Amino acid sequence: MIIQLKNVNYTYNPGTPFEKKALDDVNLEINEGDFIGLIGHTGSGKSTLVQHLNGLIKPTSGEIIIDGKSLSSKETKMKEVRQKVGLVFQYPEHQLFEETIYKDIAFGPKNLGLSDEEVDERVRNAMGLVGLDFETLKDRSPFELSGGQKRRVAIAGVVAMKPKVLVLDEPTAGLDPRGRDEILDEIRKLYEKENITIILVSHSMEDIARLVNRIFVMHKSKVAMAGSTREVFSNADQLESMGLGIPQITKFMRRFKALGHNVKDDVLTIEEAKEEILKYLRSNRDA
Amino acid sequence: MNEDIMIKIENVSFEYSSFIDESIQLAVKDLSLDVIRGEFLVVLGHNGSGKSTLAKMINGLIMPSKGEIFVNGLNTRDEDKIWDIRSTAGMVFQNPDNQIVATIVEEDVAFGPENLGIPQRELRKRVDDALETVEMTEYKNHAPHLLSGGQKQRVAIAGILAMEPDCIIFDEPTAMLDPVGRLEVMDTIKKLNKEKGKTIILITHFMDEAVEADRVMVLNEGEAVMLGTPKEIFRQVERLKELGLDVPQVTELVFELNNEGYTFRDDVLSVEELVNLL
Amino acid sequence: MLKDITIGQYFPGTSIIHKLDPRVKIVVVAMFIASLFFVTSFWPYVLIVAFIGTIISVAKLPLKFIIKGLKPLMFIILITFAINLFLTKGEVLLELGPLTITKEGLRQSVFMALRLVFLITGTSLLTLTTSPIALTDGIERLLSPFKKIGLPAHELAMMMTIALRFIPTLLEETDKIMKAQMARGADFESGNILNRAKNLVPLLVPLFINAFRRADELATAMEARCYRGGDGRTRLNELKFRSRDYVVLASMVVFFGLIISTRYLVS
Repeated sequence: MIIQLKNVNYTYNPGTPFEKKALDDVNLEINEGDFIGLIGHTGSGKSTLVQHLNGLIKPTSGEIIIDGKSLSSKETKMKEVRQKVGLVFQYPEHQLFEETIYKDIAFGPKNLGLSDEEVDERVRNAMGLVGLDFETLKDRSPFELSGGQKRRVAIAGVVAMKPKVLVLDEPTAGLDPRGRDEILDEIRKLYEKENITIILVSHSMEDIARLVNRIFVMHKSKVAMAGSTREVFSNADQLESMGLGIPQITKFMRRFKALGHNVKDDVLTIEEAKEEILKYLRSNRDA
Repeated sequence: MNEDIMIKIENVSFEYSSFIDESIQLAVKDLSLDVIRGEFLVVLGHNGSGKSTLAKMINGLIMPSKGEIFVNGLNTRDEDKIWDIRSTAGMVFQNPDNQIVATIVEEDVAFGPENLGIPQRELRKRVDDALETVEMTEYKNHAPHLLSGGQKQRVAIAGILAMEPDCIIFDEPTAMLDPVGRLEVMDTIKKLNKEKGKTIILITHFMDEAVEADRVMVLNEGEAVMLGTPKEIFRQVERLKELGLDVPQVTELVFELNNEGYTFRDDVLSVEELVNLL
Repeated sequence: MLKDITIGQYFPGTSIIHKLDPRVKIVVVAMFIASLFFVTSFWPYVLIVAFIGTIISVAKLPLKFIIKGLKPLMFIILITFAINLFLTKGEVLLELGPLTITKEGLRQSVFMALRLVFLITGTSLLTLTTSPIALTDGIERLLSPFKKIGLPAHELAMMMTIALRFIPTLLEETDKIMKAQMARGADFESGNILNRAKNLVPLLVPLFINAFRRADELATAMEARCYRGGDGRTRLNELKFRSRDYVVLASMVVFFGLIISTRYLVS
């Protein structure tokens, strides 16, 4: 188990008129090698939860254990925690600041106090992992790049810290379909090749269905649902009552089955739906 | 000029010099289009396809390098008419935070008509009506920064509505919103078109927003590569994918089935249509 | 959350003081400040205290707020007090080594310290009871006659409005960038002054870049909404003098006239 939250509560501005409970008795466990989808509508507590995972926000009560170390213990160094759990915020390209792409990506590794050779190695590696060509881009200004590329620089900046867990808060927000697919592909590769545990926060049920293997649903500051992707999406009514949806293709299969046709309705992708429908069509033809 | 044409775009190109190597690039290439009064037109294209440049040219914020644009018969090059053009074809931008000027919702809605010098009594009516239309009346004395993204964007829409434009251009109004906000804004846009008879030009890269349009134009590298009804456009699954765009999942499913030798109608856009088809 | 903080020190309320035309309040405070400089003896201070006390009780302002407003300027008040106390010549009361306290010095230092306290309290009464927007509006209207001599009254007011509008947005953004850089191991909390200043670069550069981007987008949006400066603009909420504004203004003119005249009546 790499991340464990026990009875975590968090309240913004306690004791003021702006008091707001953002996390309400949150318990969850994330294992090494998980690809987690974190969903919930705006204000459900997702962002607050994510910022607890690397100690940017300290819980009002409860305990957080990262890789065996409790964040409330005095001996736990925040720098180590932030290295282990990399956090990519929404619109991360808005935090780029260096003159060159190289320097920007090197910022994190340098803060870790690594040697120049090691930093160099990390930057090369990270750029490769997010699909940026090292030689042609390293000395360019990050501000010359397109939106999607800037975002990859920002993600590389976190990847270069070699985190065990990578948390991405809506990494595709504002991107067009092509940019979105590229970023999601890079994330999938990071997961598959580097064995990084991924936590993906997203509003897009299609993306979640395609990528993750477990889902946590946040609703009104609580973890309202947890389970495998298929389990969670099979509770369409409950998701809809929380203002969330299911992928269009899943919706279609559920409608189709509800009309009495013999198909599985827990499909998540177009490929799965295609197989099911082909099976259905062929069996009808044979009958 | 034909009365039914709201906006006429004639052989328009827009040049800019690349800031990497200063070569001359074309953001929009020899584009012609008639936007019909009262229609709901969606301009679909990926980032960098020239959609925002086109929007800014219609609003007279930038001038075409070649060609002419007429808004309600007025040439955008006519400097004396620029305020008429901008109040006839209003524009809503992507980032809700960066288009709200005032610190109180109703004062922001009033900003446009105040600039036009609308007398106070009329101004009050326009502001109240606009807030009513976007369903934000109860927030009229709120500070904008405390609203949700969808609410802010509706305030921005009210700010344009209060100028009483015939046509509203939306430049990726939902790109920065969550699903709830997107729905709020899309419902508002549809309402403006159906109930208030506004001509709508919606620029977006979300295909699901194009499904309910009257017509869809697909832009790629500054060129209009496709133009037609949503059904005519989305049946071309392969073409759209090549252009880096999405199609509805149900449309793609039919496309995949037809690849296996079936011959279903390929212009399916919604879950219901597909259920009926099978 | 940072965005929840109130801007300035406006204390919302519905009292008659809150509802007064901001122009009246600005003019009254100006008269109040001017009159303070005409007061040369202690007893008119009674009137001043009565004035401040009345406003505080009518506007239902918590005393805590008034005192909080004085705190940051306590140092200046104390310095003023000390300078007057030790540097005024006259009848010696006490000698502390090289320092002497005179009777005149004691009187003068108390007098000057009180004047400062009144000055600060008076101005904060204005900001406590007037929203920043109303204040901006009031300033624009009061300055508009000076447009003829080239004073950009509208532009100043527009700048203030935009600043007020974007302060919460920028604060929120600062918070976000700070956290994002902390997630990459940045340290904003330790080290000496030089190091700390250097550590701010990863925060300030993105903040500036984003602010310029916002400014650019806002300018385009304003242009698209037909903004072309202050000429020919109308206003949704015109400031209008009501009878209470006339009454308050007239009585305040009399009141401060009285205070000013004390200088000449009693000497």
